[in-house]
Amino acid sequence: MKRLLPILLAAAAAPSAFAQSAPVDPVARSLAATCANCHGTNGRAKAPMATLAGIPKDLLVLQIKSYRSGEEPATIMHQIAKGYTDRQIETIAAYFAAQKR
Amino acid sequence: MSTQNLMNRRRAVGALGALGTGVAATLGAGCASVGGSQPKVVVVGGGFGGSTAAKYLRMWSDGKLDVTLVEPNKTFVSCPISNLVIAGVKQIGDITVPYDNLAARHGVKVVHDTVASIDAAKKTVTLSGGQVLPYDRLVLSPGIDYMWDGVQGLQAASREGRILQAWKAGPETVALRRQLEDMPDGGVFALSIPEAPYRCPPGPYERACMVAHYLKRAKPRAKVLILDANPDVTSKGPLFKKVWAEQYKGMLEYRPQHKAMAVDAKAMTVKFEVHDDVKADVLNVLPPMRAGALAVQAGLATVNSRWCPVDFLSYESKAQAGIHVLGDSIMLAPLMPKSGHMANQHAKVAAAAIIELLAGRAPHAAPVVMNTCYSFVNATQAIHVASVHQYNAEQKTMLTVPGSGGVSTAPSDAEGKVALGWADNVWADMLA
Repeated sequence: MKRLLPILLAAAAAPSAFAQSAPVDPVARSLAATCANCHGTNGRAKAPMATLAGIPKDLLVLQIKSYRSGEEPATIMHQIAKGYTDRQIETIAAYFAAQKR
Repeated sequence: MSTQNLMNRRRAVGALGALGTGVAATLGAGCASVGGSQPKVVVVGGGFGGSTAAKYLRMWSDGKLDVTLVEPNKTFVSCPISNLVIAGVKQIGDITVPYDNLAARHGVKVVHDTVASIDAAKKTVTLSGGQVLPYDRLVLSPGIDYMWDGVQGLQAASREGRILQAWKAGPETVALRRQLEDMPDGGVFALSIPEAPYRCPPGPYERACMVAHYLKRAKPRAKVLILDANPDVTSKGPLFKKVWAEQYKGMLEYRPQHKAMAVDAKAMTVKFEVHDDVKADVLNVLPPMRAGALAVQAGLATVNSRWCPVDFLSYESKAQAGIHVLGDSIMLAPLMPKSGHMANQHAKVAAAAIIELLAGRAPHAAPVVMNTCYSFVNATQAIHVASVHQYNAEQKTMLTVPGSGGVSTAPSDAEGKVALGWADNVWADMLA
């Protein structure tokens, strides 16, 4: 899986087909906002940071957990991913999946 | 109001009509306001905390809150990356961002003025220009101010422009750069660091690296002296020491336990508690710091008359109800740094909490904040420290998650690129 995930993420996030309009959960919104400093408001990032908006939930969960386990190499995300619970990671990923790119 | 903003508002109203239980459905209808149809929030201080708070209050309330940002400066100048300006690697324009988008895209009322007084009983803020702003909730993000009494003679020397701090980015950043350019080859640059806590724990060590980076090329016989009041390097210690040994050997010297007591601007010397005086060509002396003067004057800095204790669920002051304090001014939780990144994170927790409180609901009971702090060690390489903090209900504070966070393994160009990317993204998260 190494080095494959970023490619998958980029490919999967192309159109806004994954975006959906659902009621906003303020807790999910706040959790996801902890990522915004680096990954942009609502996950819409400026290069070279990865845009998270519109990425399918399962793919983003897999990516973050791969950083956490060390399976996917990182400079910093392995340290940050360890600070969030599984449930928080799923909530964050669901929030970004619902955002327009 | 801009067309873009109008469209955003129309979209928001349409979406909320279908929602029913959303934030905006209860805001305005359910809460007591100080007058007018929208609850009013006044935010003072347009740095990392205040700008973020103003934007997110508007965004997350779907425009249902009336938000005014009070900030004297016409543009935001970033402290992070300012050490690259001092080194001549970046220009001041590269770290300057306008406030325009807060108004145009987000409908924040930006007022360029300073606060003369706060009346917490009447819930009003009076500006120096005479304007009186009523509020339902007040957010203060005043950053730090210097405790001049800590270093005798420093305030006068600073006013004369002889001995600078440049710990608030702006004209002083450029002035310090000029002093370095004017310094002779073979001259000494001395940086005096106060006892922790101070704004940006790794910042002084980054500055020492970046000044050495400049001098190594422009004035190879010059010296950099770090005179640290602390017993050891406060942040990223092993990484900085490795860089000093490998990249700046013979040029940079680190002296711990050097607490500055006084300066002599004529002789250009620093006097210490125990050690001999140090003379330098360029002196950069950072005095001890405390919460911004506004927070102190408002009676919010009740911890040693320096820092403002807050409720970490809402960042509401423990000294005064209805006033929230963000960023470097607060009494931090354990291992929480005084950083711009952290202030931005405080602001989002506070914005979410204020929206809930104004709707008559309790703030979210389990907030999370995280910090990422990059330091450059030369023009292209950077190192980081990161941490994640979860609310602990028993201790009513934020605690780092065991096993999470950490520092870089080594300085790298890859992290240098990401550090600049971090800056672009956090500036946009605040102001775009």
